Amino acid sequence: MQPIQLHWIDYSILLAYVAFVLGIGWTLARYMKTSSDFLTSARSIPTWVTGLAFISANLGALELAGMAASGAKYGIATSHFYWVGAIPAMVFLAVFMMPFYYGSKARSAPEYLKMRFDERVRFLNAGAWAVMTVFMSGISMNLLAKLLHLLLNWDYNWSLWICSVVVLLYVLKGGLTSAIYTEVLQFFMIVLGFAPVVYLGLKDVGGWTALKNQLAVVAQHPAALALNDKTFAPDAWSSAWKPLLAGTANNPMGVDLFAMVFGLGFVLSFGYWCTNFLVVQRAMAAKNMTAARNTPLVAAIPKMLFPAIVILPGMIAVALTTLPDKDYRIPPPIISEENYAKAIDVVKNAKPSVADAGVAAVSNALGKKVYADKVTALISAEATGKLSDAQIKEGLYYSIAENDYDSVIPSLVKKYCPPGLLALALTALFASFMSGMAGNISAFNTVWTYDLYQSYRRLVVDRPRPVTIIRSEGKREDVTLAFKDLGDAHYLWMAKAVTVVGTLLSIACAYFASHYANAMDVVQLVFGFVNAPVFATFLLGMFWKRTTGTGAFYGLIGGIATSAVFQSLTLAYGNMPGIKGGYLHVAKVFPSDMAQNFWLASFAFTACLVLTVIISLATAQKKSDEELKGLVYSLTPKLKDTGQHVLLRPAVLGTILLIACVILNIIFW
Amino acid sequence: MLDLRWPIGLMFTLIGALLVIYGAATSSNVEMYQHSLGKNINLWWGVVLLVFGVLMLLGAIRGRKNPPSA
Repeated sequence: MQPIQLHWIDYSILLAYVAFVLGIGWTLARYMKTSSDFLTSARSIPTWVTGLAFISANLGALELAGMAASGAKYGIATSHFYWVGAIPAMVFLAVFMMPFYYGSKARSAPEYLKMRFDERVRFLNAGAWAVMTVFMSGISMNLLAKLLHLLLNWDYNWSLWICSVVVLLYVLKGGLTSAIYTEVLQFFMIVLGFAPVVYLGLKDVGGWTALKNQLAVVAQHPAALALNDKTFAPDAWSSAWKPLLAGTANNPMGVDLFAMVFGLGFVLSFGYWCTNFLVVQRAMAAKNMTAARNTPLVAAIPKMLFPAIVILPGMIAVALTTLPDKDYRIPPPIISEENYAKAIDVVKNAKPSVADAGVAAVSNALGKKVYADKVTALISAEATGKLSDAQIKEGLYYSIAENDYDSVIPSLVKKYCPPGLLALALTALFASFMSGMAGNISAFNTVWTYDLYQSYRRLVVDRPRPVTIIRSEGKREDVTLAFKDLGDAHYLWMAKAVTVVGTLLSIACAYFASHYANAMDVVQLVFGFVNAPVFATFLLGMFWKRTTGTGAFYGLIGGIATSAVFQSLTLAYGNMPGIKGGYLHVAKVFPSDMAQNFWLASFAFTACLVLTVIISLATAQKKSDEELKGLVYSLTPKLKDTGQHVLLRPAVLGTILLIACVILNIIFW
Repeated sequence: MLDLRWPIGLMFTLIGALLVIYGAATSSNVEMYQHSLGKNINLWWGVVLLVFGVLMLLGAIRGRKNPPSA
């Protein structure tokens, strides 16, 4: 791809955006007086703001790129992440779990675990969380810097540092409130920036019906686009449920119904939306219980329609690739100019009579798989009438039989945006990266300050301890030395310091990701292990009062160990044993990464649930019913939603949302 | 605290206005708008953003007159 030239209008729009996010940070700075203002927004934010921030925090770069990639690879079935996964989970969070998060007055999800169980469970959860947020924001920033380099030819280092510093400045100035406020701004930016691109793409393909027809062609010959080496029924890309019901061999995801509904729909989605502090923190910043409970519900309304913005572009990209006159393909992996030059030489010198040798040599020069027919055609075209280097290069570009799915959105932005709109779409990309990073940083500093640092100080450093004083006349006296609590100013200082440290660590992780892409894949895999079982711990903690701290702690460790063992014994089709699984032995091969991942989650969750129950029954409950009040369902007075309009009660609103979700599933059945 | 409708409204009004002006100024540039299938997308989408921005600002002004009780 040739880098894009930006015009004055593009720079103006980008700068306007940066000025506004920084302006929000500066305006909010004067409200940041205590650590609670800075880290929890002092529970003061209106519902529509927390609601939109709730989804925007999740709408980072990985989500955008990942969903478009899945839209291309698997078609509309990707919406299961939304219509089977996210929406029911968000309704469950709002109706059943939020009363405990918000009502317990915990300042973070790990702190809830401390109140409900003990320090061990908190530490396990908080430690894993702190490491994960830093890595996630690093991965996100690496993607952004790479993208800016690719699209605009901006320097990687400068892009990385400038974007990180902008995020750091507004989070440092306005804390969580600033992160939440800018996330809402970013939400609108992302939606309004990408909507015209999707509209133009869909119009170019010829509308929804034409898109479906084109996807039917794709489904019957996915190998022609290097999407999949099997063939499928015509509706495999354009129906959400029919291919799934037809079995693992008949849908491009290679997933069965159980793994989809239990693994993704229940374990992974509920685990993410109901326990991930990044999103839950947004709801916990709401101004009162009703606002907190309505946060995920407000979020669910746009979330339900998001497939149109994040998944549809992937489907459009696939359809465009099959239409030769559209001059588009899903971008291939980046290939250096040197390798292109080598391949161009090979094409010039190849003999059409021994085309096979030519194809192999081209593939070798590019370092990628190629479509034999396209290279053969290119070689004979060059032999009959001389082509220019640029023409050969273009021919080679279309001959590469590998896809870089993560670049789908940038490539569509490049194709459809004239200067002006281009800046808007680029700003939307910036916005998504920044909201992802700010979200992680603002969750990291809270967990660090309250769950790791403050609890460590209180438990270890500032713990009252017995001392023996020897008086001058030889008299010994035993006293208890109590330390003065450090006071809030110290923790506010720590929160700000750790915001800077967290940003620096993320930058370090971004460099790590740029140098060791494979190592980063493994890191993400490990986060998968650690997160898969944690929903069982929260679920039992909130709804079964007999669950003990020991049960929760060892159950969680057992669940994590189960994930690790599961990954060590299974493999996804197409992966090498020893890298992404099958470390010990390959006992089972799944049709796809996704299927493996969904089953891993199912096993880890079940193991954690069963172990926690057994160990809890075998150990004594150390917490009295009085201590558990407000933390467990059966010991908490039921909330009465009588003060508000009937349609605004969480249970009613949640039911309406679920019905809407079912309707969407039926429309795209 | 800050009513978020102010910055959102101001930003989209500004960006919308920029796009409308730029779109109007470049409306004769056929080559440039081949990207967007021959539509002057800057002008049209600029109008959409402008309307959105102004609606947000109106909301913010109304909010200032009737401050929320809670």
